[in-house]
Amino acid sequence: MHIPDGYLSPSTCAVLYTGAAAGWYSALRRLKRVLLSRVIPLISVFAAFSFVVMMFNLPLPGGTTGHALGVTIAAIVLGPSGAILALSIAIAIQALFFGDGGISTLGANCFNMAIVGSLVAYASYRLIAAGTALTSRRRVVAAAIAGYLAVNAAALLAAFEFGIQPVLFHDANGTPLYAPYRLSIAIPAMMIGHLTFAGLAEAVISAGLVAYLQVADPALLRATSGVAASAEGIAERPAARSLQTLWIATAVLMLVTPLGILAAGTAWGEWSPAQLAKAPAQAQDANPPQSVPSGLQRLSNLWTAPFPAYAPSFVRSRGFGYLLSAMFGVGFLLALSLVLRLLLQRYRQREYSA
Amino acid sequence: MKRGFLEATTLGFARALTRAMLAEQVARQRGLLQSLDPRVRVAGLFMLVLAVTLSRKMTVVAGLFGLALAIAILSRVRIATLATRVWLAVLAFTGVIALPAIFVTPGHPVATVGALTITEQGLRTATLLILRVETAVTFTTLLVLCTPWTHVLKALRALRLPKEVITMLAMTHRYVFLLVETASQMFESRRSRTVGILKPAEQRHMAARTAGVLLSKSVSLSTEVYLAMQSRGFRGDVETLSDFRLTMWDYCGLLMFLLAGSIAVWMGR
Repeated sequence: MHIPDGYLSPSTCAVLYTGAAAGWYSALRRLKRVLLSRVIPLISVFAAFSFVVMMFNLPLPGGTTGHALGVTIAAIVLGPSGAILALSIAIAIQALFFGDGGISTLGANCFNMAIVGSLVAYASYRLIAAGTALTSRRRVVAAAIAGYLAVNAAALLAAFEFGIQPVLFHDANGTPLYAPYRLSIAIPAMMIGHLTFAGLAEAVISAGLVAYLQVADPALLRATSGVAASAEGIAERPAARSLQTLWIATAVLMLVTPLGILAAGTAWGEWSPAQLAKAPAQAQDANPPQSVPSGLQRLSNLWTAPFPAYAPSFVRSRGFGYLLSAMFGVGFLLALSLVLRLLLQRYRQREYSA
Repeated sequence: MKRGFLEATTLGFARALTRAMLAEQVARQRGLLQSLDPRVRVAGLFMLVLAVTLSRKMTVVAGLFGLALAIAILSRVRIATLATRVWLAVLAFTGVIALPAIFVTPGHPVATVGALTITEQGLRTATLLILRVETAVTFTTLLVLCTPWTHVLKALRALRLPKEVITMLAMTHRYVFLLVETASQMFESRRSRTVGILKPAEQRHMAARTAGVLLSKSVSLSTEVYLAMQSRGFRGDVETLSDFRLTMWDYCGLLMFLLAGSIAVWMGR
């Protein structure tokens, strides 16, 4: 999955470097809040460990072999920020010291594997293993699924990056200048290998490592377990300050929702049957539909929204309607998450008392 | 003969160590790249990699490949090393990826092979991709072979990378070799005590156990390093020595890299 130099256009590389830089900056900033002198050797040694794990030639079911990334175990032990930095360091050493993976594509490789891989692995592990004891069997399954999902998410992203190259970057003759396959070929070609072998390799090593740590060193699993706070691991601190920032950002976003009124026309692909019926007259598209598709016509009346077009019928002002819709939406989601939290807490209490 | 899991992994570790040692040897030789300041080397070769990716014309990329070859010869890098380590490996990897493009890329048909049609655009895109990747990887390999890792790090520091990141890169590099050697010894010892053929499920269990032990060792190693850093008074501030001085020769080298890169970008636009 390491993309070498020459497969991606410079502008794609620049965009992905920017995305990766944002991830690195955020991860470094979060870790600086923890004791930096403790974090530096831990991340360095973990990066070296990930590097070595990538060299393991894992035997897979079916008689083949595969290489893991080590991103999942990093996310489970270090948390997402630590995993982002450890994997990025390992990928940088592979590129700069061993010439494996490109220099211009270093941002893309780090973005796909280190940033997206770590976040997907961490989120899916936490979600599946939520509320279970450190030695629970579910944690092993969660690690396997998280590893499988993380590798495939990174591969899908790389396939997408390959697939947009011929569409965006070709010469006047139509010759693709970088990766030559469109999305219709790039995605299946990339995903077949990862859905079958590479994803499986990461699943095998992640599950095996979690099972080993449950017996040999369960303290290493505590930092991201959600079971109890740890003084040893690099647990992501549930800082009140970051929640405060989230509340302020949500409030600001709610206040600026009426800005949507300024936009002219309808969002592409969000037409109602009536808007689509007018399309042939208005569209700049070379082949606009001549009539509303029968399926769209039939299904459009399936559900009538309580606030159609973000404007409740009893409100005259469109701006106020937008605000009201935003408040209702946020309030509904908050209520839903509170109910889920209550249910989860009850479930955990039952499990611990059992 | 088909290698088993233990042999294949141990061989992989040995290859990595050999490649690292070769880089140290080449970096100590006297040659064109070695004579330049590491900052000029890193910046110059990065510029040339960028020029390779920016060039849209095959002739210009071919010209840059010629330049990479000339730099390699003047830097006393063996062409056989480049051929086996870079060109054949890239050809095998990128060639397999690029080959179907000659059939599936829409364009003017030039020949037919059975039911498949080769298009002019397909041939051009496949050749351009292989040439581009070969050239870029050759420049990267020249940097890796001709620059000791410590110099790469100092050059990256000069390019304003955060000190913490440089420290982590340096430490990781150091512990990569320690952990590669530890893992290699663990596999060797297991191999010496293995009679017969392990079943795939047993191999997977063994790989996971080995990785687990390695992880536990890594974490306790990080604790030892942390304590060592504490005992030496480390308070989170990283200081790096920079004894590099740019000479007239380095400025000439930087100008040459800049000129070559700019001309390639201008001609290949």
